[in-house]
Formats: sequence, structure tokens, C-alpha cells
Amino acid sequence: MSGLVGAPIDRVDGRLKVTGAATYSAEVQVPGLVYGVMVLSTVASGSVARVDADAARKAPGVIEVMTSANAPRVDTKGTGGGDRTLMALQDDTVRYDRQPVAVVVADTFERAVDAASLVRVRYVRAPAATSFEREPDYQPQSALGADRHKGDAQAALAQAAVKIDQTYVVPAEHHNPMEPHATVAHWEGDRLTVYDATQGIMQARRKLAAAFGVPETNVRVISKFIGGGFGGKGSLWPHAVLAAMAAKLVDRPVKIVLSRPQMFGSVGFRPHTMQRVALGAARDGRLTSIIHQSSAQTSVFDEFIAGTGMLSTVLYGTPNLLVTHRLRKLNAATPTFMRAPGEACGSFALESAMDELAYATGIDPVQLRLINDTNTDAEGRPFSSRSLRECLRVAAERFGWSRRDPRPASMRDGRLLVGLGMAAATYPTHRSAAAALVQVRADGSVVVRSSGVDIGTGAYTVFTQVAAEQLGLPVERVTMELGDSTYPNAPNAGGSQLTASAGSAIKLAALDARAKLLALAGGNAALLRGGPEAIAALVQRAGVAAVEGTSDAKPGEEQKTFAQHAFGAQFVEVRVDADLGTVRVVRFVNAFACGRILNEKTAKSQYLGGAVWGIGMALLEHTRFDERSGRIMNANLAEYLVPVNADVPAVESIIVPEDDPHVNELGVKGIGEIGIVGAAAAVANAVYHATGKRVRDLPITPEKLLA
Amino acid sequence: MNAFRYAQAHDAASALATMASDPGAAYIAGGTNVVDLMKDDVVRPTLLVDITRLPMRGIDTLPDGGVRLGALATMSEVADHAAVAARFPAVAQSLLLSASPQLRNMATIGGNVMQRTRCAYFRDVSQACNKRVPGSGCAAISGVNRQHAVVGGSKQCICTHPSDLAVALLSADAIVHVRGRSGDRAIPIDRFHVLPGTTPQRETVLERGDLITAVELPATASARTSFYLKVRDRASYEFALVSVAASLDVRAGTVRAARLALGGVAPIPWRSHDGERALVGKPANAGTFAAAAQAATRGMRGYGQNDFKIALAQRAIVRALSQVGAPS
Ligand SMILES: Cc1cc2nc3c(=O)[nH]c(=O)nc-3n(C[C@H](O)[C@H](O)[C@H](O)COP(=O)(O)OP(=O)(O)OC[C@H]3O[C@@H](n4cnc5c(N)ncnc54)[C@H](O)[C@@H]3O)c2cc1C
Repeated sequence: MSGLVGAPIDRVDGRLKVTGAATYSAEVQVPGLVYGVMVLSTVASGSVARVDADAARKAPGVIEVMTSANAPRVDTKGTGGGDRTLMALQDDTVRYDRQPVAVVVADTFERAVDAASLVRVRYVRAPAATSFEREPDYQPQSALGADRHKGDAQAALAQAAVKIDQTYVVPAEHHNPMEPHATVAHWEGDRLTVYDATQGIMQARRKLAAAFGVPETNVRVISKFIGGGFGGKGSLWPHAVLAAMAAKLVDRPVKIVLSRPQMFGSVGFRPHTMQRVALGAARDGRLTSIIHQSSAQTSVFDEFIAGTGMLSTVLYGTPNLLVTHRLRKLNAATPTFMRAPGEACGSFALESAMDELAYATGIDPVQLRLINDTNTDAEGRPFSSRSLRECLRVAAERFGWSRRDPRPASMRDGRLLVGLGMAAATYPTHRSAAAALVQVRADGSVVVRSSGVDIGTGAYTVFTQVAAEQLGLPVERVTMELGDSTYPNAPNAGGSQLTASAGSAIKLAALDARAKLLALAGGNAALLRGGPEAIAALVQRAGVAAVEGTSDAKPGEEQKTFAQHAFGAQFVEVRVDADLGTVRVVRFVNAFACGRILNEKTAKSQYLGGAVWGIGMALLEHTRFDERSGRIMNANLAEYLVPVNADVPAVESIIVPEDDPHVNELGVKGIGEIGIVGAAAAVANAVYHATGKRVRDLPITPEKLLA
Repeated sequence: MNAFRYAQAHDAASALATMASDPGAAYIAGGTNVVDLMKDDVVRPTLLVDITRLPMRGIDTLPDGGVRLGALATMSEVADHAAVAARFPAVAQSLLLSASPQLRNMATIGGNVMQRTRCAYFRDVSQACNKRVPGSGCAAISGVNRQHAVVGGSKQCICTHPSDLAVALLSADAIVHVRGRSGDRAIPIDRFHVLPGTTPQRETVLERGDLITAVELPATASARTSFYLKVRDRASYEFALVSVAASLDVRAGTVRAARLALGGVAPIPWRSHDGERALVGKPANAGTFAAAAQAATRGMRGYGQNDFKIALAQRAIVRALSQVGAPS
């Protein structure tokens, strides 16, 4: 049957998207809608002395200018995790560049933009912490802030026959999804409906209910399509609360859509991160010590911490280990999750250091990783499954690693230097509680519901496949409904966990429906194999509109007994023009083992996207703060560089089959984030191989290779 | 962005008159630069005078081997024109290495040479910029200045001119034809843009309301053997870190005539007379090219993040000259 789990079927929502029929949050229309445009701060620290909105108030079409003076009171304190403290016009303090200081509401978008440009804000400036180098480290109190020790890593390093001890820097980076953040907020009495470009419906609902002091059941959040989230839409941000506040103030539904420069404001970013990685090894390459110490920026009012060093507890075996995480408070917005929040940065450091160790020991980089493969994580737990060796083997073979002459600057293509580099990848397998509803209707059609959000990864498609398979029906019969808080609970589409969580719930709900159908069939399983007509007949005979299957799926003991991670390998070939310092990636081969793959096509799209972003991280991306003011000076897509097609070579992704009976009912590990893990290190390692120059601070731009 | 009025001009006279009718008026051609700047509130015209209906779009080959580009010819049309590609390779190359196909389909030749700097402080109205607000200061000099000038700047302004085309036009001795209130003028491209000095708000010799009608590429000894090299972080769709337009007339191994122009290094498209002098009369070989690169970059100074541009410019000059002068 077509569409069975694993089959590379096209996206079920593809047609809607390419024809423009898929409605994104910014496109939602409701009767009486008016438009809000935010005015953002231009200083990073201080307070608003005066908002002169007289001209704006008199501009045509303006309904209201919301400032701290007239803004409705809301509770916007964060509770940790992905729940941020939101700057939403509750007082006059300014703590970061591009913090909202006013919202202009007008009858059309254009008039709101015009009026917003007339608002004049006067600030009293206060000293700002804007230099990462100058601010002190502090140890966060959260779980990730706790140091991880095994053995005596410092002593083992001191005694090691071969040592690498280096510092690696990843600069601040912004997500820049194609779709801007957008919110439409609509009050009916004390009931609030919000269309928000969010990865987490239920989280948004909880936070909005808390902000306005209404029961969660009074708040409905809808997010049907997302044009890229990447973690940036994993939290509720100020503009969403401001839209609901403005809607209350003017008593009409309000839409706020962020402009591109505003996307560098209150919606999170990857923090500037400095990492010390020290490796001690015996001459045979066996690791005796790993020290991975990270310092990253957070805001002066909130805490975000990514587990940058956590992959060092997983990727290789070592008797001695030290992993620490520290933060530095800066007058910048609060950073947030960005595709593989910890691992993308952490792997640049660890996997660059491993390459340095390969050169220091004279052992081939692939071999070095095989030598240090392990059966347990740092806590001694066995892996539920681990296919790193296989990933390294198949990717190396496909890539043609054996033709590599390991000597730096030894391979050429005419005038250009050729470099071949690689890195290993890993990402944890997360899972949260989720429920689902499967309705088998009297016409033989099936409707499946979950509040999970398809952030463009293909959730609509793979969930359809899961339900169809369990019910023995063609995918065309199944309608997947996602992204509405009135549907059964699902966690954020983040941490690569939605399929493991909501997908497992859908499987269990489909099984429940199937069991009920089987009961209706008097236990005659053959009746269930008769296709849609037979199943329709069963529902009709029962005299109900639909047979409903439900589920309540959650993680269990396996989370404690097993270390659960996906693994992979990245191989990159570059050409370097040594005269001009330019680097181009010409080939990219990767292999991943992520448990069961529900749809080969959508899975490979994730790996491809990870590779593209990895190239950007390695060579281009860099949010440039002016350290004098804390202002971001490249808040646009002409100067904040992401890869364009010409930067992206053919990317070949290999799916390494893996059967994991422990992780969850579907046997899936997340695939959305691992694609970027190790990618930047692979590029940097290839650049070293090409040039003999080790660049330890990203991005690898011409000036770093000219010297 | 502010609310504004819009008027369509149908001939040059009405365009000039409409411009004169409102001190807040500005021309719009392809709109790819002026609308951008309006969105950032850097310019706030009260009236946009649309000149795209004017009959200035033609590309005419001239009998003497030159080509005349109508000011409204798009970047795509010029880049794809066979005579331009054959007679002025650096011009065609500079266009194909500019922006993106979508932008090149909209953007015009007149608009291109008039485009404003990408300096982040100029484009951010919250920041000090003498070009935008004379007397407010230059935040770039000790700020984020990786893209900024290493030559030709002043205490008031160290921006770079973003146009690739204008750099190639320098290597082709192009002439800008302008219609103003007092008639028509022809301005050599190397006198069209002006250095910031103490008046960075003034960028060209044009008076308010002047209309560019055409850009003429005269037949020269060296233009046919010209080359445009653009160095940038990403492979496409980015302004130049450094660019070089070089044209050489080499006979019997000796450079008879040379044009050497640089982009990304100065507030104006930068013609290096020193570099040209180091070439003319010398053998077209690596030693000469290296000497020209030295001469062309002598006196350049960086402001921190852009220090690398000096070495990069030297290497790019050598590469471009080797490409055009000694095809190996
Ligand atoms: C994302 C992006 C990337 C880009 N990359 C590059 C690049 O790599 N290289 C490069 O060279 N350029 C690049 N550009 C700039 C682009 O080439 C210019 O925006 C374009 O050439 C301007 O032409 P236009 O017709 O759209 O001008 P408009 O925006 O219409 O006008 C620009 C200015 O010129 C004036 N003007 C227009 N026509 C005339 C005329 N006939 N007479 C007098 N004044 C006139 C207008 O009043 C206005 O002040 C890029 C632009 C963008 C947006």
C-alpha cells in the first residue's frame, strides 16, 4: 500500500503551500482586524524618559498608541526553561537593544507603519554590559549549571602523553526563518483567541493565560503552518502578549507582524559562546581526559542556558571528564534555542579538538573516533542503540575518505587548495507526554487530532502515515489536524521530540480505535482488512458518528535505564582560494542513524537543511553587535549572511537503518536538529586540511585566512 | 516608512518640473534602493516621481565601437547585451556579480550609480552619521567597520560606495549624460562621485533634480581586455568586500594603457592613478602587477575590523591583472 510508514511520500500539505492556500499567522483575517506596529528601543540599557506620540496619534487612521503609560497590566515573569520574562511595556526600563517601547495601532498596516515612524522616544541611558570579554562568569542554578565530574580530568590531562587545550568561539547568530513572527489576537469578553507563529501551542496558551489572569481554557491558540521555527518560535515572545494587550486596549482584534530588522529584537538568538576543550590522550589515540568548559551570554534579566558541553558526556568514552557551563549577563535580549542549541556549538569545539588530536597523534580522524567509541555514556548507562561506527563507515566510504592525503595543504585543484574534513554528530532523543484523538467516521474517513505544530518538518505527513498504517487504510483517507489548543495535548515542536511524543500518541490512539473496531467486528480481524468500505460499514452498524481512539502516551523507565541518542557523521570537501581567503564547500556527505525513519523524503530534507545551515554557521553567520552601544548593526538579510544556493553543493544524506526497541512506541529518534551537529567542525577541519590554518572562532571569513 | 505621494513623469521635462515642484520629491526608477531606504526611514520623500515611463531604456551600439546605455536600461538587460559583453567585459561581469537576478531585473543603470552606501550607521536612523545628519558624527570610525573604507575617507565619513557597476565604468572611461534645469551635461565617471571630505552628504556632482539620461561607454584601447573581480564572503548575492576592475592594452608584452579601479575600499568607486602609472610602459608580468598592487594600496589605512582589506586589495589587484594581462 502506498504511504506506508517509511515511504518517501510527498508532503500532504505540499499542495496547499505551493499554491498559497496554506494560511500562515501573518495572513489570518478576522472581522474588524486592526494593525499594530511596534516601536523598539535603540539603546541597550537605561529607561524611557518620554515617548512623544502626539504626531503619531494625529496621523491618519491611528486608533491608539500603547506605551507603558496606558498599557494593560499583565504578568510577564518567566518561570524558567523556555518560559521567558517578557518586556511588555510594564515599566520604563530598557534592558536590551530593540526592546518594545510602544505599539502603534491603526486601521491599516501602512498607516500603522507611517505613524510608528513618527513616534519619538527619549531615553536616559545607563551603563550597559555589552562586552562578553569584560563580563564575569557565573554559575547558573539550573540543572545544566551543575558541573559534571568523572574521575580527575585535570590530573589526567596533566599526565597525558598527548594534549590539546584550546578555546573555540561561536558568535551570536539569529534564526532568520523565512516566515516572520506574527500574532493575531482577538478577545471575545474574557476569552482570547490567538493565531501565533509558534512551535508550542500549549506553552503559548499557558503563558498567555498567566499573563492576563484568565483560566487556560479561556485561551485558544492556533498555529496551522510555520515557515521555519528552528527554536526561535519555541517560546512566547513580547509581540504576542503585546498584540493581546493592544486588542484589549482598543477592543478590536489586533495583528502584529515583525519586520526583518525586528526579527533581531525580542525573539531570541544563539548566544555568543566561548568554549575551552582540553583533550588528553595516550599515544595510541585513546582518550584519557575530556574537559569541556563553556561560557555563554544570557540577558541581564533572564537566564537561558544551552547544554553546550553535554555531547562530551556521550560521544566518546573517557575515564576522566569535566563538563561545566557558565553564563555572562549582557544587555542584550535573552538568547534561546536555535537548531541543536547545545550540540551545534559544542560539536564545533569538541570535533575541532578531535581533529587537532588526530594531527597531534598522527591517527586518521575517522580512526580516532572509532578508537574512542563507547558503549555507555559518562554515567555508565548503556545506549538504547548507537550506530556511530556504522555512520562513520558508510559516510567515509561514500565520500571517498581514503583518497585524502592527510598532510595539510597537500591537495590541489589548479590554483585552489583542496580540503577534506569530517566530524561526528550526536543529538539526544527527547520525549514528553502527549495525547491524541483518532476518529474513524461512518464514511470510512479518518480524522486525527493533536495540538502539535508542523514547523515545516513534515509532521502532517508522517503522522498521517502512522495513523494510516495502524488502521490499514490508504493515507488519502486520513486527515491530520494539528496546531490548535482545543486538540489533545502535545509538547513543543522542539528538541526534535514532536514525532517521538505526539507520533507515539497517534499510534496508540490509532491502535485504540482499531481495538474498538475489532470489538465491533466481533473479533474478526479479517473485517478490518477490507479497506475503507468495510470499516465504514462497521462504524455505521454501530450507529455512531465515529469510533474514537484516544491515548495518553508518556515516557517511562527507559528514560532512566538507557542513554538515548541519535548519531551521525559529516564529511565535507572544500576549495580554498588561498590568495583571497575565500572558502567554498564543494561536496557534503552525511550519514545518520536516528531509529526508524517514517518518511525518507522528509527526513532527508531535514538532513539537507542541517548541512546548509552548518555551512552558514561555519562560513557566514555572525550577528555583529556594536560593543559601545549593544546595538546590532547587521539586522537585515543583506549583511546578516546566510548561505545562498551558490554556497550549497550537492548534499548527499545516507540513512543508516537502526532498530531501537526502547526509545518509544514508534522507535523514532529526533531528526530535526542532528543535521547541523558537527557540520561547522567538518568544514573547519576541511579548511585546516586545505590550508594548515586552524580557525577556532566562527565564521571562517577571508580575513582569518589571509593572515 | 512614511506616507508619500506618487506621480508618473512622461518625459524629461515633466520629470524635472515635478521634482522642482516639491523640495521633498525624489526620483524612483527600479526602486530597489530608494524604497529600501524609505523602509528604514533613512529617506522620507514626500513625493516619488516615477521616471520608468521615460524613453531612456534603449541600449545603442555606436559606430565607433562604443555603447550607449539608457539610464533606465535594467542591470539584466545591459549584462545580457552582446555588444556590452564583447566590448566591455568588465561591465557585463560587474553586473552579473551584482545583487540577484530578481533585483537586476528591476534595477536600472541610472539608479545603480546613484545608490547609497550600505554603511550600517547610515542606514540606522538611531545612529550618528554625518552623511544622513550633517554634524551628528561618524559612528563607524570606531564601530562595526568591517565593510568600511581604507582610502578616501575623512574624519566625517568612512563609508564605502556599494556599486559594482560604477567600478567597472571607471575602467571603461564611461561618461554620464545628465539633463538638468539648465540643459544637458556630460560628466566623466571619474568626476561623477565626490569624496566625503567635510560634506559627506554630497555624493555626486549632480544638483537636486538632475536626471541621468544615459551612460556612455566610449571605445577605448583597453576596454575590450578588461576583467572584473569581486571578493566576498558568500559565493553570490553580497556586496563586495573588495573588487577590482582592470583593463589593459598590452602590445608586444608591454602595457600601453591601463585602467585600475577598486570597489569596497573607498567612499566612491576608486580609480587608482598610482596603480595605473605603475603599469604603463612596463612589461605585462607578475613583477609589474605586484608593483602596481603596492602602488595602488600605498597610503591605505584600516580602522580595525577592515584592516584586512588592504592586503586583500593587493592580492585581488594582482589576480585581476594576471587574468587580463597575462592569460596563462
Ligand atoms: C539585497 C540587495 C543586494 C544588492 N547587491 C548589489 C551588489 O552586489 N552590487 C551592486 O552594485 N548593487 C547591489 N545592489 C544595489 C542595486 O544594484 C541598486 O539598488 C540598484 O542598482 C538601484 O537601481 P534602481 O533603478 O532600483 O534605483 P532606485 O532605487 O529607483 O533609485 C536609487 C536612487 O537613484 C536615483 N535615481 C534613479 N534613477 C535616476 C536617474 N535616471 N537620474 C537621477 N537619479 C536617479 C533615485 O532618486 C534614488 O535616489 C543590491 C541591492 C539590494 C537590495
